Amino acid sequence: MPKISIKAETLFHLGSFQVTNSLFYSLFILAFFIYLAYEYHRQSVSGHYKGLYYLINLVLRLLYNLFESIVHDKIDTFFPLLAAFFIWIIVQNWSGLLPGVGSIMVGIKEPVSHTQTLEEKGEAPSMAEEEKIEQIPLFRGNNADINATLALALVAVAMVQVYGVKFLGFFTYIKKFIDISNPVNFVLGILEIMSEVSKVLSFTFRLFGNIFAGEVLLTIVAFLVPVLASFPFLILEIFVGFVQALVFSMLTSVFFSLAVSSHH
Amino acid sequence: MSIEAAKMVAVAFAMGVGAIGPAMAIGSIASKAVEALGRNPEAESSIRTAMILGLAFAEAIAIYALVVALILKFT
Repeated sequence: MPKISIKAETLFHLGSFQVTNSLFYSLFILAFFIYLAYEYHRQSVSGHYKGLYYLINLVLRLLYNLFESIVHDKIDTFFPLLAAFFIWIIVQNWSGLLPGVGSIMVGIKEPVSHTQTLEEKGEAPSMAEEEKIEQIPLFRGNNADINATLALALVAVAMVQVYGVKFLGFFTYIKKFIDISNPVNFVLGILEIMSEVSKVLSFTFRLFGNIFAGEVLLTIVAFLVPVLASFPFLILEIFVGFVQALVFSMLTSVFFSLAVSSHH
Repeated sequence: MSIEAAKMVAVAFAMGVGAIGPAMAIGSIASKAVEALGRNPEAESSIRTAMILGLAFAEAIAIYALVVALILKFT
């Protein structure tokens, strides 16, 4: 039975900060993004357009048209963040499907604390029991770590509030949450605050649940039928990765357009 | 009943019952979307956007049940 852990496993510590295997893998993807941006800039400045220039133009134009149909005239303010969400999430999801992710294991020494074993056994532990080597995957899809999806969700909901204040003014925006003119409106304002918190949780668990469940599914199917049976599930996971990126960015764009529209 | 057996029953129950509501919701959303598309084929892109959005919200509930089942199983 393969070992599946909900928590992303720690590879090493920087001081007291734990570097997990999902964070480690996302740094490679970040380096890939930096290379893409540098190459696109070089091609667009020099005028020698190769395939990459046209490909990135196509993707950005499709995203621009998609988000313009939702946010209409404020597309130029919102587009960088929305397209960044989409491209970040889709590339992170798809890179978690590459061969080697989740299957290349490293041995990490897990030191067992001495005081605990002394209390349990009442005698000094022998040298063989001090450290055990645990096999953990070296790479893990970034969105299969709840910290990563929580970070994305917090950024999205925080930017909704920022854009609401920027376009409507602080007091007009706060009136949505704290409205003391009417007891009914006061309760509605409290419900609005709870709804913002539930947006964070729903963003987090939707993305995490889809991607982590996909990883578990692929692991279990590969364990049960090692030959060829994972192929349709890989296609499904490619589709799910695309849909979750689309849903995250489209929901964020809908929340943006709701926040900056003056209602009542 | 031992704790392991209770855990297995809980995992199966959580996912099984937790998928009933979202399945009905998704079927109803998709059927209304297709019906609206049949009445007004010109509004295809806005119907599609609204349908995907509605599907995402409904599917998220099933994912919450899945996350609870996974947490129960793996801890």
